[in-house]
Amino acid sequence: MRTLYTWTCIFFVVCSAAAGDVFIALAMRRIGDLGLLHRKHGLLTVMTRVLSSGALFAGIFFMAMAFFSNLVGLSWADLSLMGPASAALTFVTNAIGAKFFLHEDVDKRRWIATIFVCCGVLLLTRS
Amino acid sequence: MTLRKYLVLLSVVIFGSIGDTMLARGMKDVGAIDIHHVSHVFTALSNPWVIFGIFCLLGFMSSYMTALSFADLTYVLPATALGYVFMALLSRFWLHEHISLLRWLGIALITAGVGLVAGGPSRTEHPPTSVSGPKAVQERV
Repeated sequence: MRTLYTWTCIFFVVCSAAAGDVFIALAMRRIGDLGLLHRKHGLLTVMTRVLSSGALFAGIFFMAMAFFSNLVGLSWADLSLMGPASAALTFVTNAIGAKFFLHEDVDKRRWIATIFVCCGVLLLTRS
Repeated sequence: MTLRKYLVLLSVVIFGSIGDTMLARGMKDVGAIDIHHVSHVFTALSNPWVIFGIFCLLGFMSSYMTALSFADLTYVLPATALGYVFMALLSRFWLHEHISLLRWLGIALITAGVGLVAGGPSRTEHPPTSVSGPKAVQERV
């Protein structure tokens, strides 16, 4: 039963973290390079642009959901399972999200990397 | 990629790994949370390890957002794969968790997989195949 709880938690962490990552990436892409922005317009402009982004707050909301799911999961399972398993699966869902929502060029090499990551997760669950 | 950008990626790795390890240490003090009383997770917020972990994760969040402002999501995540190794070492030698050979192999595979994509360009973008075309890409960037 504990294993079921752990994997349910991992599922929640993965879904909410992927949604959070995609929203935050979308927001930061719209805002632009923070380093350049800081050099050209100063800290106040950076703060204003970041804090007025709706996508960023949506991302932070999903990240908070992932955080609390992770916290519950950590009370049932080891960090060495929760950490890599949720992070690796989030990587896969992020690759899908980045391709379809952010239109990033997720080429063959990146998909092969995804298979590597999945194999890694399988090994983690067998041990 | 400049040195400043690599330092931003390194801080994503360090803050993320230390933050997660602190949370795990704190949750060991708090103990298992009953499925019928999930709201007890908020009591963990008074644990010093959890509080310190949250501060580290705030550092992680700000460096992560900075990294996403100059690189793809599918570049930033693989580039920070070193964090898995760092986290495994912390949980093995600091939290004294047992990590079997298969788990080590799994962590190595994940790192190799994500390392594969780290060599590519940091910013790529496919023009969307929708009717909006390249103009939409320019506007979004």
